[in-house]
Amino acid sequence: MSNETCGSNTSEVEALKSRLADSLSGVTLEWSEFREQVRVVCPANELLKCLSAFKASGFDQLTDLTAVDLLEYGNVNDRFEVVYCLLNIDTGMRLIAKTYLNEPDLTIPSATSVWFGADWLEREVYDMYGIVFSGHPNFKRLLLPDDFQSFPLRKDYPIKGRGERHNFPVITRAES
Amino acid sequence: MPLELLESPDLDADKREGLWTLNFGPQHPATHTTLRLVLQLDGEMVIDAEPDIGFLHSGFEKLGEVLDFNQYVTIVNRMNYVSPMANEIAWHHAVEKLLGVELTPRCKYIRTIFAELMRMHDHLLCLGTCVLDLGGATAFMYAFNEREAIYEICERASGQRFHTSYTRVGGLLYDVTDDWVKMVKDFVRNFPKAYRDFSGLVMKNRIFVERTRDVGVLSREEAIEGGATGPTARASGVARDLRRDEPYLAYDDFDFDICASQGGDCYARFQVRMMELLESVKIIEQAIDKLPKGPVFAGESGKTGMPDKKEVYRSIEGLIHHFESVMPNRQMPCPKESIYAATESPNGELGYYIVGDGTFRAYRARTRPPSILHFALFSKLIRGCMLSDVAAVLGSINIIAAELDR
Amino acid sequence: MATQINKQLGDNIFLTTLDAAASWGRAHSLWPMPFATACCGIELMSTAASKHDLSRFGSEVMRFSPRQCDLMIVAGRVVMKMLPVLQRIWLQMPEPKWCISMGACACTGGVFDTYAVVQGIDRFMPVDVYVPGCPPRPEQLIRSIIDLQEKIQSGGTINAREFKLRILPEGPSRFDEDELIRIRERNGFKLEDQKYDPVH
Repeated sequence: MSNETCGSNTSEVEALKSRLADSLSGVTLEWSEFREQVRVVCPANELLKCLSAFKASGFDQLTDLTAVDLLEYGNVNDRFEVVYCLLNIDTGMRLIAKTYLNEPDLTIPSATSVWFGADWLEREVYDMYGIVFSGHPNFKRLLLPDDFQSFPLRKDYPIKGRGERHNFPVITRAES
Repeated sequence: MPLELLESPDLDADKREGLWTLNFGPQHPATHTTLRLVLQLDGEMVIDAEPDIGFLHSGFEKLGEVLDFNQYVTIVNRMNYVSPMANEIAWHHAVEKLLGVELTPRCKYIRTIFAELMRMHDHLLCLGTCVLDLGGATAFMYAFNEREAIYEICERASGQRFHTSYTRVGGLLYDVTDDWVKMVKDFVRNFPKAYRDFSGLVMKNRIFVERTRDVGVLSREEAIEGGATGPTARASGVARDLRRDEPYLAYDDFDFDICASQGGDCYARFQVRMMELLESVKIIEQAIDKLPKGPVFAGESGKTGMPDKKEVYRSIEGLIHHFESVMPNRQMPCPKESIYAATESPNGELGYYIVGDGTFRAYRARTRPPSILHFALFSKLIRGCMLSDVAAVLGSINIIAAELDR
Repeated sequence: MATQINKQLGDNIFLTTLDAAASWGRAHSLWPMPFATACCGIELMSTAASKHDLSRFGSEVMRFSPRQCDLMIVAGRVVMKMLPVLQRIWLQMPEPKWCISMGACACTGGVFDTYAVVQGIDRFMPVDVYVPGCPPRPEQLIRSIIDLQEKIQSGGTINAREFKLRILPEGPSRFDEDELIRIRERNGFKLEDQKYDPVH
């Protein structure tokens, strides 16, 4: 946490912003920093343009793609936050890109056209939250059975479930 | 070794009729617990493989929203169950980064020693079970014998062989004793001989080499874009290791090398893991010699972490501090922010994205498991290989089903 | 009478019942089928490894095909996607067969009281021996194998009559109390309106 690291971090961020200035000129991005991590909020309708610009400016690995349900967070305007954690392999710089979604329109474009590693991560976000990614090559549930009705990680789903875990036939010893 | 590799196995519709589907079901002998693959085969050659996962999805992330930071560590070490303490170290690394807690040097060194022991634990299991899947039961026995020594070290420190729940926010559960230090030194002294036994059985073994060389090749670009990390990526030429690039705990104080290879095939992944075993022994040797004295908990004055038990029982300040740390509505305040923090777990980059909401409980505790991205790459790796190579490739990318499914 | 005959025959011949002889053979050659899902699977592998050697007790091979085994060790948590697979494999095993539920998650759901994990396989399948622990030490698993051997030796029959008597499900009911309460609340049933509620 010395002055040098803060300084180099800020200069890296400034260099990144200047690289992105021409490709993302019309897009409003909100930059913030916490514990030396750089976060940027992109608007949902320009998401694919932003992600392609990030990839073009050096972030060649998508480390994580996840979502947060902000129903009980307090003081926020939106319900869902989709988070992309990006990494630049050559310089080691990390960037966290976020976008916000609201009901009833929970569709955003898929990032598989930018990084193919986003494939399963997006299926998992759909599985857990119900956010639809349009343009995905193989869009179905990943972890839960295909006929599962709810989206478990939403805040209005109870942790013990709604009886799905006990909906199976019982085998006694005599009949097996 | 495959006879010839297909460059682009795109088949016309009439050729596709001749394929048959094999279900490599969730219960199968390849000792990697519950994974399912639906393979399309043309004779013995695998044309396509579609993985089906979720047979161990237990709702870990939902539990993270219900349990607080110190309770969730018991759940987190059930994720990568072959190296349990590595998950705990990663979780508390992320939590301490969010809360802004600085650890004592002794705690950092002990956690580093355990992280490296767990790395050896995981690599020994990966190598042992993969060789077992390919038919060599003796090497499996040798690897598990060394793992028993590591189990005893964990048991001496924390009381349990496995799933130790040893780390806490700002410190550890108990401090280590002198006979623990002696056990680690004995282990480090005896390990190179066991390593020579194991590698003599496996690495130059003609059957093993023929079954793993040029099988399941992962190119550097595919590894980067697909999100591969850890030994899987390092074996394809991505020389990135979080212990050197984003140093955490006490890794800055030690002198060690990063193991990488250019091959990208199964044999390269094994080589990287074998070399990492030796590097881990080097780190543990340096750490155990220089283990600093001092407290293990981050101390009372900064109100960061649990106080020493002697203070709790003998002074009123310690008692109050303990009460404040443990009671649910009085714990350490947490900023209302989110972070992503990763450590180099034996399988790759194990990251946690934690959203804090002011209380001592995570609002969202997302685990970024390395296995899910490796398994997503599996269908690319297996194209053109034979059916018997499926076991070799599955073993070399080291999928842990609980980490995959959470 | 039996002891007189034994003395006359000497040490090389001994008399026993057919049931006891068959049970002795079956008990001391249990071939396990490891249904290893999670962490308990690793402890099962450690039990089969050289330090705590399970093959001393007759479990010489761990066959992964259900058709060749007679003991199913369910090691690890069973989630709702995996339970039909577990039941199917249990039905594929030939008689006589026994089941050990290893670990807290297989016995009762363990630490995972969540929407996805089955709270104990005995709700859906017959279980003979329960091994608690998270994960159970290899010595505990060996003790459970010895207990199962005693159970087979004392109650085993040659034509597996003892299994036909177990016609009722032996575990807890499929529904938890609190799940029943949640289902009733969703249907508008209020507890205060009732005078006697068997759930409470």
